[in-house]
Amino acid sequence: MIVLAFLVQTLRIAIPYLFAAAGGVLSERAGIIALTLEGWMLTGAFTAVLGAHYSGSPWVGVLCGVAGGVLAAALHAVACIRYRGDQVVVGIAINLLAVAVTRFFLRLAFDSSSNSPRVVGFEFGTGDGGRGTGVLASLANPLVPLGVLSLVLVWWILYRTPFGLRLRAVGEKPEAAASVGVAVHRIRWIAVLGGGALAALGGTYLALEQHQFTDSMTAGRGFIALAAVIFGKWEPRRVALACLLFAAAETLQIQLQGLQLIPSQFVEMIPYVLTIVAVAGVVGRAAPPAALGKVSE
Amino acid sequence: MRKLYLVLAALLAAHVALLFVHPSGAQQLDTGAGLDVGIVFDLGGRGDKSFNDGAYLGAERARRELGARVRFIEPGEGSDREAGLRLLAAEGMELVVGVGFIFSDDLTQLAREYPNVRFAGVDYAVALDSIGNAIQPPANLAALKFREEEGSFLVGALAALVGDSKKVGFVGGMDFPLIHKFEVGYRAGVKAVCPDCEVVAQYAGVTPEAFRNPGRGQELALSQYQSGVNVIFHASGSTGLGVFEAARRRGKLAIGVDADQYAEAPGYILTSMVKGVDEAVFDAIKQVADGSFRGGIFQLGLKERGVNYVYDANNRALIPDAVHARVELLRREIIDGKIDVPSVK
Repeated sequence: MIVLAFLVQTLRIAIPYLFAAAGGVLSERAGIIALTLEGWMLTGAFTAVLGAHYSGSPWVGVLCGVAGGVLAAALHAVACIRYRGDQVVVGIAINLLAVAVTRFFLRLAFDSSSNSPRVVGFEFGTGDGGRGTGVLASLANPLVPLGVLSLVLVWWILYRTPFGLRLRAVGEKPEAAASVGVAVHRIRWIAVLGGGALAALGGTYLALEQHQFTDSMTAGRGFIALAAVIFGKWEPRRVALACLLFAAAETLQIQLQGLQLIPSQFVEMIPYVLTIVAVAGVVGRAAPPAALGKVSE
Repeated sequence: MRKLYLVLAALLAAHVALLFVHPSGAQQLDTGAGLDVGIVFDLGGRGDKSFNDGAYLGAERARRELGARVRFIEPGEGSDREAGLRLLAAEGMELVVGVGFIFSDDLTQLAREYPNVRFAGVDYAVALDSIGNAIQPPANLAALKFREEEGSFLVGALAALVGDSKKVGFVGGMDFPLIHKFEVGYRAGVKAVCPDCEVVAQYAGVTPEAFRNPGRGQELALSQYQSGVNVIFHASGSTGLGVFEAARRRGKLAIGVDADQYAEAPGYILTSMVKGVDEAVFDAIKQVADGSFRGGIFQLGLKERGVNYVYDANNRALIPDAVHARVELLRREIIDGKIDVPSVK
């Protein structure tokens, strides 16, 4: 029972990471640094709540969330691909912009700087809280299987489709890809927009589970997802494991914190320490896509 | 490259502009011939359903009842809070109020620079000298502090008496001394009515983000409820909204903080530990108006009605009369000094 509760909580915590990391892999394998995951997630969370609030349907919320993520990603793509901006600078700018824009519209739409009103979520079963009280009931949300499948999907696209082959080529050697007629910019656009959509689903999951948007609610999850992408060496299956590992560490900390066995500071630094370890090449070398962050003509 | 700079400049300009553009930003409520009061809000500004809104209510009341002219400034994230205070002081306001502990150092500094302006700091953090004694603020600065531990003590007793479990929960935001006060008072309250009860205390993180992470709050609360906790007190900003969501989901109870949070999850909020920010701000303005204002450190506890817990028509059904009587008895004992509530770990 305790083991089951542990696994279920790990999965719940991992879902936003899995979505965002899937978006990160897609974007970075095409050569565009996904420093904006946090901003995409936050924007998605906010537009999802807007959609769910005004329509009363969680599915409309999901669609709006995706639309918001795509919009934020389009901004990123315009600056980085069309205008060849420095991807790190643009990434930071868009993350800051997402915090300010969501807060601005939160005030405009709901006259609050803290949180939106309660919106519908994915509710099954009976009762005000929905879903009953069983351990597994908390997983009864269609975004959970979608989250688990997101990295599988990205893996399948990258390694089993012609588009994926081109995408990887664009991320490794864009000039070579261009010389054989691959439309480098178009593929990068698709990768970034897809990445925005996936990351926004992570934000949407957070917001709908919480039934509301609260100011800066993603709280750094996009950066943890990015750490998972790097720790997983940009390979979807490893990235998925990294997400689950980080989520398991968090769960362990939550469940053990009462006992004061592990200092919370220690668990919070795990994703970043592991990222540094991975980048430093302690456990095999983490080689990013060769053209990652490079401006392509 | 030029295009890139243009894009970046546009992004930056949009960002900076959004920081300053608030729908209800710096507004002037211009009535009467009373005194001029300036208030600088903490991050979040109006609509935070917490102490910024409390300060606003207090100022509104002063405007209505005392005819005070109140000017509000809402600094955005990263923009200079000190600049807001300085602007108001330089404009010749008779009272400048900084809402939030973050203003403490700036207020101290400005109070020295502008000896003729009076200042008040809500949640002012008193600095300590090298041997641990409190450094008295300047004579024109009123440090308004709340004895959160006393209010927390009473809701702790409530949680233990209503909870019907040997385990009661606490979820804190950032793991640092300001929040430890809540935990320590709460623990003492639980132990006062149930010596063999266990308090499960957890924190959402070690950075200020921990106050804005409802997802984490929900997970912490779910695991506490899972382990047999029936009532959780949160002191964690909007992270606590996740605690409420967990209470809803599991059909358990939670206790709000700072303001009456009943409306966030009706039926699942046992009570809220409220801080009388509105009263404190109103009193400060009133004292300036009638000339009784003086500087110094003011500790607002149960006795001064600076802290309290909510007991009204909404939650009366959740609190049995015997429990209420018992908690009121504890209140008397604290006010009379028979119970000494600890405030540090």
